[in-house]
Amino acid sequence: MGDFDVAEDALQEAFEAALAQWAAAGPPQHPVAWLVSTARHKAIDVLRRRSLAEGKRDELAAWAAPEDDAPVPLDSLRLVFTCCHPALAPEAQVALTLRTVCGLDTDEIARAFLVPLPTLAQRLVRAKAKIKIARIPYEVPGDEVLAERLGAVMAVVYLVFNEGYSASFGDDLVRADLCAEAIRLARMLVGLLPGEREPKGLLALMLFHDARRATRTDAEGAIVLLEEQDRSRWDAAKIAEGSALLEQALRGRPTGPYAVQAAIAALHARARSARETDWPQIAALYGVLAAIHPSPVVELNRAVAVAMADGLERGLALLDTLQLPGYHLLPAARADLLRRLGRRAEAAAAYRQALALVTNDAERRFLERRLAETTGALSGD
Amino acid sequence: MLYMLMIIDERSWTMPKDERDALMDQYAELLRDIVKSGNFRGSGYLHPSSTATTVREVNGKRVTMDGPFAETKEQLGGYILVECKDLDEAISIAGRIPSIRTGGAVEVRPVAPTPVSV
Repeated sequence: MGDFDVAEDALQEAFEAALAQWAAAGPPQHPVAWLVSTARHKAIDVLRRRSLAEGKRDELAAWAAPEDDAPVPLDSLRLVFTCCHPALAPEAQVALTLRTVCGLDTDEIARAFLVPLPTLAQRLVRAKAKIKIARIPYEVPGDEVLAERLGAVMAVVYLVFNEGYSASFGDDLVRADLCAEAIRLARMLVGLLPGEREPKGLLALMLFHDARRATRTDAEGAIVLLEEQDRSRWDAAKIAEGSALLEQALRGRPTGPYAVQAAIAALHARARSARETDWPQIAALYGVLAAIHPSPVVELNRAVAVAMADGLERGLALLDTLQLPGYHLLPAARADLLRRLGRRAEAAAAYRQALALVTNDAERRFLERRLAETTGALSGD
Repeated sequence: MLYMLMIIDERSWTMPKDERDALMDQYAELLRDIVKSGNFRGSGYLHPSSTATTVREVNGKRVTMDGPFAETKEQLGGYILVECKDLDEAISIAGRIPSIRTGGAVEVRPVAPTPVSV
């Protein structure tokens, strides 16, 4: 099956059928296989409609014929690899994946990323035209490029999750629908590429984060920090599932970056209280991550872990070596360490720097609250 | 599908002779390979853009000017036409073009059918 449009339309219709049927009768035992066989039937319908108009009966025959004896349902996987092809711009990859694989409406995607609807629609049209004209293949890449291409797919999935988990703009901190879509995509990757370890690491990572989702904001939508969250309300089933996946993701070398991040998230998720968090281990894992994936954001996280493990001053010294222009979490992290050290005037100045850079409203309100507490304590001296 | 692999690099004209000879040997090897694999449809090695002439029509009159169309540092240095089953195959050939290892780039463009066959 080489026709991306047909595959997309068919999968879309299969998802719609699934929504109707699964809501009434519950999901089938093998949901992915169900979707694929339904999509295949829908595709035949689509092509039948088309072929009646265009007289292209050969195409229909090619679709209807069983393609190969592959034991796993490959159609959705092919679609993901097409949508996340590096020849497409990253923002087009994300939009196309959400539209064609997850079945989100164009206006839902536009709202989720705060892009004007015509811009997003045009982005999708251009991407689809390029797939067709430049003939971006509709297939799972061969072994020689699979690692690189799988990396691109996982980056899109994690980007969708992060946008859902910590929305860059707007009023709500969390967009649960995007988190759910990302987890569903990662489950699909794990199910369809059972020999690959990193998709398991990615899924585990997102499950650990998602297990805490309900406790990250209070009833008014204000941010509740990790150390103040009600751990009894964390989703134990998700943490258990994440732990089992993480164990498989860590089996074998080399250890992938998602598996390391999942291991860090697991140490947070499994600590019975904030005080029992294994900070030395977390700091060490950030060191491992920095070796695989050197990045100032990783160093920022490592500095915070070092502050908690070896002393606030050491963490602060590490933070002061970092350059992350425009990134509000660097001054926010400095502010927090200075606050814990009781250096209130410096903390207030750092909170103000962070406030000048933050774009999410819930995070802004949190920083304003902390600034007010700091300066309030200051004037109370 | 026909793809044009446009090689954005004209440093070969300013290299020392031994470097340029080595580069040409690598090109010859690649071209032999893609002739053997059946992908090859044509290629061209362009003289430097300092030898280019640009022709336009302004107010119905032909205007001929010295130099390339765009005065940028990155100029087209050559091209290879290949027949491939999809973009991935074209990208894998583009990835073997020697100039990309010395700072050049290859732009991969699908070629549309021309309105007449000659």
